[in-house]
Amino acid sequence: MIMTEVMNDHWQEWKKIFDFRHARVIKSSNVMDEFDIAFIEGAIASEEQTKKLREIRDKSKKLVAVGACAVVGLPAGQRNNFNEEQQGNIQFLLAHFAALPKVLKVSEVVKVDAEIPGCPMDPNQFLDAVNKLVAEFKSSQ
Amino acid sequence: MHKTFDITIDELTKVEGAASLEVRVKDNKVEHVHFKITEYKRFFTEAMKGKPAAALPQLLARICGTCSNAHLLCSIEACENALDITPSEQTMLLRILTMYGLMIRDHALHLYLFTMPDLYGKDNFLDFDENNPEEHEILHDAFEIKAAGNFLAILVAGRSVHAPHPTIGGFTHFPDKSGVDEAIKKLEAIRPAVLRLIKIFEKCPFRFDRQTNYMGLIPERYGFLNGCLNTGKGECLPEKFFGEFLEKVVLPYSQAAAYKHEGESYMVGSLARMNLAKDKLHPRTKESLGKTLDLFPSTNIFHNNLAQAIEILHSVDDAIEILSNRVFTPEPVIKKLPRLDGAVGIGVIEAPRGTLYHKVELGSDGIVKGGEIIVPTGQNQVNIEEDIFKLVQDLIPETPKEKIVFEIEKLIRAYDPCMSCAAHFLKIKWNDTV
Repeated sequence: MIMTEVMNDHWQEWKKIFDFRHARVIKSSNVMDEFDIAFIEGAIASEEQTKKLREIRDKSKKLVAVGACAVVGLPAGQRNNFNEEQQGNIQFLLAHFAALPKVLKVSEVVKVDAEIPGCPMDPNQFLDAVNKLVAEFKSSQ
Repeated sequence: MHKTFDITIDELTKVEGAASLEVRVKDNKVEHVHFKITEYKRFFTEAMKGKPAAALPQLLARICGTCSNAHLLCSIEACENALDITPSEQTMLLRILTMYGLMIRDHALHLYLFTMPDLYGKDNFLDFDENNPEEHEILHDAFEIKAAGNFLAILVAGRSVHAPHPTIGGFTHFPDKSGVDEAIKKLEAIRPAVLRLIKIFEKCPFRFDRQTNYMGLIPERYGFLNGCLNTGKGECLPEKFFGEFLEKVVLPYSQAAAYKHEGESYMVGSLARMNLAKDKLHPRTKESLGKTLDLFPSTNIFHNNLAQAIEILHSVDDAIEILSNRVFTPEPVIKKLPRLDGAVGIGVIEAPRGTLYHKVELGSDGIVKGGEIIVPTGQNQVNIEEDIFKLVQDLIPETPKEKIVFEIEKLIRAYDPCMSCAAHFLKIKWNDTV
């Protein structure tokens, strides 16, 4: 969500330099072929999400975890810290939706090249990371 | 020609969060529609137990990135009611401004980035052409409106997402004069763009009508924080009854609970509010809109987009009035402990997508014992399914399947659903209901 706000000031520049391949929130024709940079937000809660994340990693030159849920697994993974009674209360739902026994942060599943922590993430850290990666790609061309 | 087929959309696009859809058609009759919210639960109503009340609003704000400030203010209201705290008049004005900042940027995000591409036959908003004068104007309008809403939220609440300044009992920071002047300037500057946005959605030819019920928290003057619950059936109830008169419907294929009222589906959100309370809009808004308001009450779900655009204008106009006439002075935060063990507090507000309900129970030590949350998209779920049922039934057998899929997505987008909010823990037992 912060990314769409950062766009308020940077959309003209991004429109020129980025080819958004897969961003469900802003576009319908999404392509999963190859990515220079993949930004991952959210924690990993199911086997299916684990597989998808590995697939994205395979197709990406750089992978960036964005926001607290992706970087440290919280608060999305707050159930990992539940006591026995709380665990008992949610068991039937975890089973019904085939959720992983523990919620994972992105780096527990795949190699992460950069992390932008915080909830919400800091827009300036995000921009720094984006600009750094863009510069790397430009210099390697 | 008789046709039997399934429509499956694995990932709906240009909506907030993850959802999928399954429609089954047999011999040209729709058999079932399953709108599935596929975000994984994060169990906030379980996680809130044992937390100090003071920490609760910031935790529950994390239910959603998009409308975090709505959850924040709703949880603050619930906690204040449990603690017998009456916020000051200035606090209420600052909260109203926080909501206006949210409405401006959140509705603009939905209308421009999610919906506008459908109107112009584009895949996504960034595909709009800078060299085409009309599209150029729309691109610039979008980001300027969003930025102005963002600026207002940051000025008043400290951040537009997970705002740090609003707290139980008041605010911890107060807007300064230069910031207020700057905000008024920015809001006045986007007003023509908002009027253009309203014209676009007034002229929009999309139409889908189905008679349903509309519900919302309706205040004296158009707004999002106070009032009574108008069920659209001639009654307006105090907000504390909200949790009791809804009937929970369990959809085993969805991560979210759904709701009915008196056995019927209903809709919450901008269209419901506009249908129930257009007379209460800001005078300047009404004057600028003229005959546009005659379109309400409306049963056309695509008028939810127009209603959102009108709410942006109202938010701009009322925010300008408040900021122009009020000097904000620092005041202390009101602090109290619960008077009794098991004090229950209820907060109800109108979030961008509709009526939001938070309930909290506190121990005498101020520690949360439990609570409940009902979000707008959960309430709209049954209404969305019933709409899709009728939409698909109306479109077969002539319409090609791809076109049906597009029409379904367009209709769902008109609701502006928020899956992150909807998928949270609720006590339900599948075997009782399936």
